[in-house]
Amino acid sequence: MIVLEDYLILAAALFCLGLYCALVKKNVVGILMGIEIMLNAVNINLAAFNRFIAPQNLVGHLFVVFITVVAAAELSVGLAIVLSIYRYHKTSSADDLDWLKW
Amino acid sequence: MNLTIVLFYIISLIVLVSAVYVIFSTNIIHSALYLVLTFIGVACVFILLSADFLAVAQILIYVGAISVLLVFSVMLTIRGEDIQKTNPFNQYKFSSGLVVLIFFLFILRILLLSSFAPSNIAFPQNTVVGIANLMLNQYILPFEISGILLLVALVGAITLGKGINKPK
Repeated sequence: MIVLEDYLILAAALFCLGLYCALVKKNVVGILMGIEIMLNAVNINLAAFNRFIAPQNLVGHLFVVFITVVAAAELSVGLAIVLSIYRYHKTSSADDLDWLKW
Repeated sequence: MNLTIVLFYIISLIVLVSAVYVIFSTNIIHSALYLVLTFIGVACVFILLSADFLAVAQILIYVGAISVLLVFSVMLTIRGEDIQKTNPFNQYKFSSGLVVLIFFLFILRILLLSSFAPSNIAFPQNTVVGIANLMLNQYILPFEISGILLLVALVGAITLGKGINKPK
């Protein structure tokens, strides 16, 4: 019998893996991949809570739909920024993007 | 040994192992492909949670659009360097590993010590009707705002992708 805690442990592990990916990568697209993994972990969490604790209405699923929409919008704008930085500076490594540093 | 339990462990193993491969493969194309496998695994977790609309929406949006977008942007931002080294680690490899491990143990402790009261109400068979009822009656304002958000993101991405023509 799979209980709620199993899904929550899976979501927490996936979130921590996504966080590690976002903290540790040099390539900006790699960092964005980590952010997507974190958002998916949160989606699993919300769907699990909706299924086990509050199945009378589907607010959790609706929340997941909105998170997916916002993730898609944010990723498209983020990748457009990466492309436009690459077009001028010919680099996509986060270590080279240091013009705002002192 | 129930089939659902076996399937849950297999699918969660697939999800976690492919997320580990996303992190630890230094070839960014391999990383993107393992990310696609992670998304498919998450869709299977949604099916285990009786969230049929979410599973199909996950496959359509994440695997079908977002992964393709990631692979396109990877294709446009590598410069002919060695592709096996396009996704390296930065200098915080071990210290952030320690921080993330402590964070995970902290979440695990809170999770295992809290008692959730599962409810016995039957889950609806068709989740699309329930989501649509909520989305168009009670949550109509976030629905419309998310439409505007998508429009703004579309215009912004096109403007940034077009570039600026510098006056000669």
